Amino acid sequence: MPRALVRARSLLGTVPFFAYVAIFLIIPTLVVVIGAFAGDEGGASLSNVRALKESFILAAFGRSILLSAVTAVIGAIFGALLAYALATARPGGMLRRAVTAAAGVLAQFGGVTLAFAFIATIGLSGFVTVFLRDQVGVDIYSGGVWLFETPGLILVYTYFQIPLMVIVFLPALDGIRPQWREAAESLGGTTWVYWTRVAGPLLAPAFLGSTLLLFANAFSAYATAAALVSQGNPIIPLQIRGALTSEVVLGQQNLGKAMALGMVVVVAVVMTLYALLQRRTARWLG
Amino acid sequence: MRTFARTAAALLAASTFTAMAACSPPEKESDSGSNKAATAASAADAGGMDALVAEAKKEGQLNVIALPPDWANYGEIIKAFGTKYGIKVNSAQPDASSQDEINAANQLKGQDKAPDVFDLGGAVATANVALFAPYKVSTWADIPDTLKDPNGTWTNDYGGYMSIGYDSSKVPAPTSVADLLKADYKGKVALNGDPTQAGAAFSGVAMASIANGGSADDIAPGVEFFKKLKAAGNFLPVDPTPATIASGQTPVVFDWDYLNVAQGTKLASWKTFVPANAVVGSYYVQAISKDAPHPAAARLWQEFLYSDEGQNLWLKGGARPVRADAMEKAGTIDKTAFGALPKVEGTPVFLTEEQTNKAKEYLSANWAKAIG
Amino acid sequence: MAGLIARRARKQAAFRWIVLVVLGVFFVLPLIAMVEFTTRGDQQTWSLLVDWPQLSETYPDLAEGIVASLLQASFTALMMLVLLVPTAIWVRLRLPGLRRLVEFICLLPLTIPAIVLVVGLAPVYAWVNYFLGGSSLTLVFAYTVLVLPYAYRAIDAGLSAIDVQTLAEAARSLGAGWGTVMLRVVLPNIRSAVLSAAFLTVALVLGEFTIASLLNRTNVQVAINFLGKSSATMSVAVSLAALLLAFFLLLLLSLLGDRRRASR
Repeated sequence: MPRALVRARSLLGTVPFFAYVAIFLIIPTLVVVIGAFAGDEGGASLSNVRALKESFILAAFGRSILLSAVTAVIGAIFGALLAYALATARPGGMLRRAVTAAAGVLAQFGGVTLAFAFIATIGLSGFVTVFLRDQVGVDIYSGGVWLFETPGLILVYTYFQIPLMVIVFLPALDGIRPQWREAAESLGGTTWVYWTRVAGPLLAPAFLGSTLLLFANAFSAYATAAALVSQGNPIIPLQIRGALTSEVVLGQQNLGKAMALGMVVVVAVVMTLYALLQRRTARWLG
Repeated sequence: MRTFARTAAALLAASTFTAMAACSPPEKESDSGSNKAATAASAADAGGMDALVAEAKKEGQLNVIALPPDWANYGEIIKAFGTKYGIKVNSAQPDASSQDEINAANQLKGQDKAPDVFDLGGAVATANVALFAPYKVSTWADIPDTLKDPNGTWTNDYGGYMSIGYDSSKVPAPTSVADLLKADYKGKVALNGDPTQAGAAFSGVAMASIANGGSADDIAPGVEFFKKLKAAGNFLPVDPTPATIASGQTPVVFDWDYLNVAQGTKLASWKTFVPANAVVGSYYVQAISKDAPHPAAARLWQEFLYSDEGQNLWLKGGARPVRADAMEKAGTIDKTAFGALPKVEGTPVFLTEEQTNKAKEYLSANWAKAIG
Repeated sequence: MAGLIARRARKQAAFRWIVLVVLGVFFVLPLIAMVEFTTRGDQQTWSLLVDWPQLSETYPDLAEGIVASLLQASFTALMMLVLLVPTAIWVRLRLPGLRRLVEFICLLPLTIPAIVLVVGLAPVYAWVNYFLGGSSLTLVFAYTVLVLPYAYRAIDAGLSAIDVQTLAEAARSLGAGWGTVMLRVVLPNIRSAVLSAAFLTVALVLGEFTIASLLNRTNVQVAINFLGKSSATMSVAVSLAALLLAFFLLLLLSLLGDRRRASR
């Protein structure tokens, strides 16, 4: 069969997916992107895109990227540890099923309820804060109220980042064959060698991909931050919310879309870095 | 050559798709009855009150938006309207801001879930008059001229004054705004929203400004006050909700007096206090959507809200209805509810559009820095 | 060798329990705070919650929201399985050049916050509304897109772990068609990954709020939010109950997913 025909038949298999995505994802994205280049009185204009250079918007981007990167790394490490703990448990056992189900649920737990729960736990009059203050004598807020600033957001975000990592990374850990361990051992390798030379490189692509997902997840999350930090819009999703729904400063709809475009660009850049990193780690396998 | 062809094809596809998406689907057929209601500018236009009621009952539903049940007693108003006329009221997005209401009207245009009526803050209303259908309710003459649009495009519905709500079992009763800087209130004072986004928070800062030597023209002392509040560690950047108030996470809240009064009905120790000589008031705006999916029901809702029954229900929620003066003269006002309104000392200040714009600019430039 | 394995098993068990306890405490504390709030004083929250007839009478929107959410979750999971799994496998096997493109597309829904996505979805949903009406079930189209990043990542992680190329070549050389390769050779090997993807789908749909709310449709989170306006304690209690419900659903899903393996 001629190559072109084979390739055409292969592409045909992806048509349902691409058609669906075109309608429900690409078109909405394009509507937003085109809106970013629309002037406030109609017609094309670069003013909203240029407005992205404002210091408070750049600062919000910086804080968003920092928050997402830190919670992605923390979530990835602890999530991978927890996933490994589950992978070594009995495969059909109740422990693994229960923890995996719990992780699935907590990965999507967010918004007003999560913020409320955290304030009730570790807020200024939360039961953990009060316990630490009265029983242990430690005042966690002596250095300032950090719960409603970036450190607080980091803490609250890891609450759903870690379970997400567990769910997404566990299938990769399930793919580790005991034969690899035995083979490494029979060749005289220690645990360290096994992890750095055998399992590590094999898991690296999945680990990096999952970390990237965690980054994007934190980057666009906003319901939780909106409930926790209702003043000042420190991160980009909150800035966008302000631009789109403020009832005091009006007429900023297209600025909101321009900021969304900025977010897509940031993630595209991070994805490129991820692709480069993947290519390097793949070399370890070769 | 192949990559060029591929990118060209992709771009062509992209532009075709977006062009297709940008045009709206064809309008659904609507029967002549609702057309009549859709352009009626008063009950007489619709063929009289009874005809309006009959048409509304035929429509059977009403879509309202951004009306939390504990906001000026809307919960009871919605229930009363539903029971009186047998119309199902669909209350969507109770947390929406005024701008969210306009966004929903634009995004859901032509669909049967689009909002029928709006309850908006002044700024958003003035900016979106093109979306409203003019309608003069039967009690139009009772409403003061300053509180309505002469063409009937919009009407003020209820108003209140900015107040400080506090949990008397957790903090001592403040006697002035400046009291809140004391150590008793450490980590306890919350503002209902960000003043660059929410009208209630904006008025809160305006009130703080007037209480600290500023005026309707100058909001800087208000921003300064909150800066000091933050520096003292008393300011809580959390969004106060009924849950945070009930659980004691936000023991002091700057909010409209009717909202604080409503919290008081749920939490016995929650008291409301309007600072003396720092009285900032604002009325909200009622309007009917031009593309309302249920035009007759929307107009009937309007008639209900401005009837004695509707106005008294708002009064019961602690808000001051626009027909209050006329109703007091006619003796139809709910005297107990009227007497139960929070005491106000001093002349109320209502910010004009110019003053609001000036304050907005100052806030946009300085608020985030002050409390960041 | 046996002693070595036993020793390692003990070390792994110790590690497992340490990790589970430390992280378990972190995760359970906020949940305890929620329980404490709903059982403070002499309130009737939990006794009302378990009294279903009374509950649906006092809060009729809640029942509607729960039913809508369950239907949305099932249909989205179905749509995801039908659309994404074959595509992921197909791209891995036949079109490796397209992998980066598919990965980017599958990450795109996460780059745009929901409030902006609704602005873009509004014109598309105008057409959906024209053809299919305005029921809350039409949200399934948007949800399938929302779930793409998570589901794709889980399936991709599973596919990375097995040597798909070799499996496929072996099956093809034995005369299998592409359908058989995907359905009977590759799919059973990524069962855990597909199950994870389904997990994430159900959890995401049950926890989604913004898009349903902004398109004026209903689901369990929208109903809970509305509930919260009337009663704070009830809304926190219902949130907890929704979490428990989702937890049991996922547990069920994992038990069912493995039933087939046991029967072999």
